[in-house]
Formats: sequence, structure tokens, C-alpha cells
Amino acid sequence: MGLLLLLATLDGLAYAAQLFMVAVGLTLVFGVLKILNVAHGSLFAIGAYLASTLVGLAGAPELSLLALALAAMATGAVMGPLIERGLLARIYEKEHVLQLLVTFALFMILEDVQKLVWGVQPLFEDAPVRLLGQVEVGGIFYTAYQLLLLPGVAAVALVALTWFLRRTLLGRTIVAVTHDREAATAIGIDVRRVHLVTFTIGAGLAALGGALAAPTTSLVPGIGVQMIVLSFAVVATAGLGQIEGAAVTALLIGLARSLAVYFAPELEVVIPYLLMVAVLLVRPAGLFGRTVLQRV
Amino acid sequence: MAALTRRAALATTTSALAAPWILPRSALGQQKPARIRLGISTFLSGPASVFGVPGRNAADLLIAQLNARGGIAGVPVEALVIDEAPGVNFLLGECRRLAQNENVDVMLASISSGSCLAVAPLAEELKLPNIMWDCGTQRIFEEGSWRWSVRTQANAVPEIVAPLLYLLKIRPEVQTVAVVNQDYAWGRDSWAIWKSAMEAIKPGIKVVAELFPKFGATDFSTEITRLQALRPDVVFSTSWGGELDTFVRQAAERRLFERSLFVLPLAESSLERVGKTLPEGVIVGARGDHWFLHPTAKDTERLKGFVTEYRKRFGLYPIYPTFHMAQALFALEAAYGKAIAANGGAWPSREQLMDTLRGLEFDHLTGRMKIREDGQGLEPMLIGLSKHVPEYPFPVLDRMVLFPPELVMNPMGTKGLEWVKTLSMETVAKTPAPIPYKA
Repeated sequence: MGLLLLLATLDGLAYAAQLFMVAVGLTLVFGVLKILNVAHGSLFAIGAYLASTLVGLAGAPELSLLALALAAMATGAVMGPLIERGLLARIYEKEHVLQLLVTFALFMILEDVQKLVWGVQPLFEDAPVRLLGQVEVGGIFYTAYQLLLLPGVAAVALVALTWFLRRTLLGRTIVAVTHDREAATAIGIDVRRVHLVTFTIGAGLAALGGALAAPTTSLVPGIGVQMIVLSFAVVATAGLGQIEGAAVTALLIGLARSLAVYFAPELEVVIPYLLMVAVLLVRPAGLFGRTVLQRV
Repeated sequence: MAALTRRAALATTTSALAAPWILPRSALGQQKPARIRLGISTFLSGPASVFGVPGRNAADLLIAQLNARGGIAGVPVEALVIDEAPGVNFLLGECRRLAQNENVDVMLASISSGSCLAVAPLAEELKLPNIMWDCGTQRIFEEGSWRWSVRTQANAVPEIVAPLLYLLKIRPEVQTVAVVNQDYAWGRDSWAIWKSAMEAIKPGIKVVAELFPKFGATDFSTEITRLQALRPDVVFSTSWGGELDTFVRQAAERRLFERSLFVLPLAESSLERVGKTLPEGVIVGARGDHWFLHPTAKDTERLKGFVTEYRKRFGLYPIYPTFHMAQALFALEAAYGKAIAANGGAWPSREQLMDTLRGLEFDHLTGRMKIREDGQGLEPMLIGLSKHVPEYPFPVLDRMVLFPPELVMNPMGTKGLEWVKTLSMETVAKTPAPIPYKA
């Protein structure tokens, strides 16, 4: 029983790491821009597809990890500013419903772009996984990539993001805009720039999530949808805009899912959503969210 | 000789002039049309486009070749392709549009079993010939009687019974089995068939895990850990597309293939993509009597020519949906030819076309098959063991068995799920001799 719990925990950790990488970008963007970006799943998918292409082009397995990082940075640096300046900047003051519709439309367009560029045949490039080899725990083989690299990168991303937001000037201006956009503007903070930087970071995180997932899975049309739905569950359970909350919730969902596979497989599919419903019934603003007062 | 009265002449003339408006359109059509319009529903988007697009590609290629030969009895064929990914309601709307606005003569629908179950009643309502070209559920002709639909391939019952017989033939000592299927109708139904048949043939086999990861899952790490801990003799999975590829890759990376024998009834469609990551000795199915290196047809000009042209045009080897599309188109061509001949050279009505499709025997790319009187297609099932050879960068099939339909398909008028309970080790003993792979 002890070994089973250990194995379930290790599986849960690897899954939570992937989930966190995508959810954290989504929650960061919502926290600052107040837009729930449905196209976040497309950025995940494009990051994954580009990573697969670059790993294939890199040839040597030793370069494959570098290719993953490059794919994430390139996707974030190109797609982030393009979407934020070209589209989102025009709808900040609009109704939430319209914002949702616009990002959903973008999501649909980007789905077709992926099919045009990469086709519909599943793609698989697992050179980074093979490069790092296997780890044996209690007679069970894991890949070092999933057991060590993914949780490691997620932990580094969490610490780096927290440090950036709390310890750097740019990070603090982002936090200031999150708290009160009007007051931040009044004291001279360039809100346009903050939006651009935040969205680019969020896009980069989604793409990094995709790039890191790419060597472990087949890339197929619709892969972005799968991830965005689960990420929404993480963000809603944690509370919108909660970065550390997203980490804890991803961990909870990851562990609950793997425990379900071991002890009640029929619950595997619904467990993230059961968790979300249970939390929202008790705390409507999410586990770590705060109730916001609105002037009427 | 009776004299022609004015009254008789008037009645005859009126009848002749009124017939086109009084009789249903489907009963007419003796006039040769300028073209035959086909409506084809397939997955052009979403995860199932991994099958849908090869099916559409096959239709493009085969229809072009057919028209180059002069079409069907001199009539060119054209196809209007619709996407079934948005769901059943969308598909039904599109089928209705194709029938009523585009005047399609025949529908080829669909890949998803849910789509086929929905289109069959619509075809009845529209009196529109419908060929089910790829969907697998056995329920269609077991639970309903359809005047306007036939299926030009087998169904889920032989697709699952054949690999089970194969397994019990080569490994009769199997004690434990685990399943990892996608959590949707096909995953659940195929497991129900396997489980019922297995309990009937060899009651002592223990099911140690029933895992149904969500449809579209991208990670099977937890399932693989569980299977490594349980060490079942056999891992059965009817997953397909990207999910099967991912499962195979992740299982190989974690050495699960070293601990269990895998039975993958749909893996023929993944061989080229997963490459030699799939080890030797895995039981692989092809959903019918087809494969680009089919043991009895691989040297025929028809198959070689198709594979060469398909590869030239699309850069890939054909997989089972391409063969299923070919079966549908060859059946249609044969049915028109036979109906025209039976009609004394006149163009057949839709009813005549449907009557001809039932009971039709026709040649396709890899053999000859028959459509039963209830509309269900009968074809052998090709099952083999994966083998690595220097000629191809992916596994090929070795020790291939072609299971005849009378061994693995329930007879007309019976229910597949009930029929598999009558199987026994005697059925296993009737497994035909394996055919080795030859370069």
C-alpha cells in the first residue's frame, strides 16, 4: 500500500507539473488584463508543434532540450505581442462576453492555422525523453524527463515568477496594475506596456507548457482544447489570478487523478471537475480567491 | 387487335405525362444522368481526422482514377465532402442539404458510429442510398432494418473476436488481462465484446484492471505505472490515432512491453507513425481484410498501383480508412454495373441500386467481399504479429491470419454480444494457418 501511494504521488507530481505550466499563464493574464483568454490553449498547441519541428530539425538529441526552450520563447515573443497589440488592446473596455467571443474566435482560427501548417497526422518527437533515460523506483520504470525534469521546470517557473512579481520593478508595476488599474495609471505607470509584457509572459508560459509536453505525447488537432479545459478547472478552483494557488490546485488535481486511477479508475475523468464543484460550492471565489466588492 | 379508343389514348397520355410528378423521384431515374453526385461525410478536423483525411484522400484519388476510366457506365462521378466533427446535429443538417439542395445521388456516411446511427433513419426519410463506409458499431443492423443503407465493411464483433482468437491460439496459457481503452462508446463497447467472448472461451482468465482514460488523453503515465505494478499477461487496447501512438510510445519508454503481451486491434493504422518504437511480437489488427502488404494481394497490379499512387500523392502508406473508402467506392461501381445489366442497359432507379447492393459480391483492392441481405458487409479479418524488417522503418505484420467471416461474425438475425457467448476453444481451434511475412 505504501509503495502504491508513493507511485501514485510520483505520477501525480508529473501530471501536476504539466497542468501548472499552462494554468499559471492563464491565471496571470486574467489577473492583470482581466481577460479570460480561450486562445491560451492554441498557444500551448503552437508551442508544442513548433517544439516538435525544432527537435526534428536539431537532429542531435543533445540539442533537443535547447530546441524546446527556443520553441517556447519564439512562440511567446511572436504570438504574444501580435495578439495583445493586434486584438486584445482593442477590447479591454468591452463586455466580458465579447472578450470571450473574440478569444474563442481567435482560438478557432489558430486551430485551422495549426492544421494548415502541421497537417492532421499525429506528430511525435521524443528525443528529449530518450536523452534523459529512465529512473527505477520500486521496480517501476519512469522516464527521468517526466519524473525529474517536468516537476523541476514547474518548480523553477513558480519560484522565478513569484520572485519577478515581488522583487523586480517591472513585476511590482504589474502587481500594481492588477490591484488598481486607475490608480496605477494616475501615478504614471504605462499600463499599455504592462499589458504587453504580461500577455507575452503568459503566452510564453503556455508555449513552454506545450513545448515540454510535446516529447511526451502525440500532437494532434484539438490538443489545445484538452489542455485549456483542464486549465480552466485549475484556475477556477484556485481562484482567478492566483499564481501560488494554481500550483497548489494543479498538485491537488494531479494527485487526485492518479489516486483515482489506482483506487477508483471510473472516477479518473471526472475527478478534476468534482474537485472544482466541491471547492466552488464552499468557496465561490476559489480556494485562494478573494471576494471582490463592486461599486453599483 | 383491340381498337384504340379516344378514352384509352387520353388515359395513356395523361398517365405518361403525370408520372414524373406522381411517382416518387427515387422510383424513376431510368434516364442516364449527366453525373453521379456523392455526398461523403468524414472527419476533416479534430483527433479523428487522422482517419477522416486519409479516407477523403482515398476518395479523391479513386474517383479521379474512376473518371479517367470513363466514370460509372460512362457517367462521371463527383464528390461533395462534409465534416462530421461538429457533431450529429450538424451532420444531419449537412446530409439534408446535400440531398435536397445539392441533389446527391448517394451518401457515403460515416466514420463515427454515432453518425451512422443518426444518418440511417435520415436516409430512410429521404429515400437516399447510403453506404456506411467506416463506422464499426454492430448495433446498426442488429437493432434496425434499413432499406436505404448498407455497410461495405465488417463491424466491431469480428474486429474484436479475431484478435482474441489469435491471442488464445498463440498464448493459450494466458491468466490475467488488463484493458486501457478510450472512455467513449467504442472503447466501452469493444471491451464488452472482448470480455464476454473471453469469459465464454476461457472462463478462468482474470481481469486485473479496467482503465478508461478520457477520450483525447495526452498522458498515460499513471495507467502505465499501474500496469507495471500489476504485471498482467496481456494488455488489450482498442485506442486509435494520436492516443494509441502516445500510449505505445510511453509504454515503450517505460519498458511495459517487456512485461506484458499487447493486443492492439487498430494498430495497423499507427505502424508508420510509431515506427520501430512498437516492438516485435505485438498482436496487431487491421479492421478488416486489408493492408498495403496484404499477404495474398500484395503482388497484384491493382494493390501495387494504388499504394504507389497513394504514396506519390500523399506521402504516406494507405491505412485502413483508405481501404474502407475504396471498398465503398468499388461496391458502388459494381452495384451500378450489375443493376444496369439487370435493367437491360437502362439506368437503374435508386430502389434498384439498393436491391443490387444487398447480396452484392465485389472485388476491391485486396480481395473480394460480400454484402449480406441485411446490409452488413462480410470480410475476413487480418491479424498478425509485429515484426521488424530492414525494408521498412516501421514494423510489418508477420504470422498473419485471415479469419473468415463465418468464424468471427455473428450470423444474420443474431446479436453480436449474445453470439460471442457461444464461442469456445473449438472456435479457437478453427483458426486458419498463419501466413509468414515475405519481403
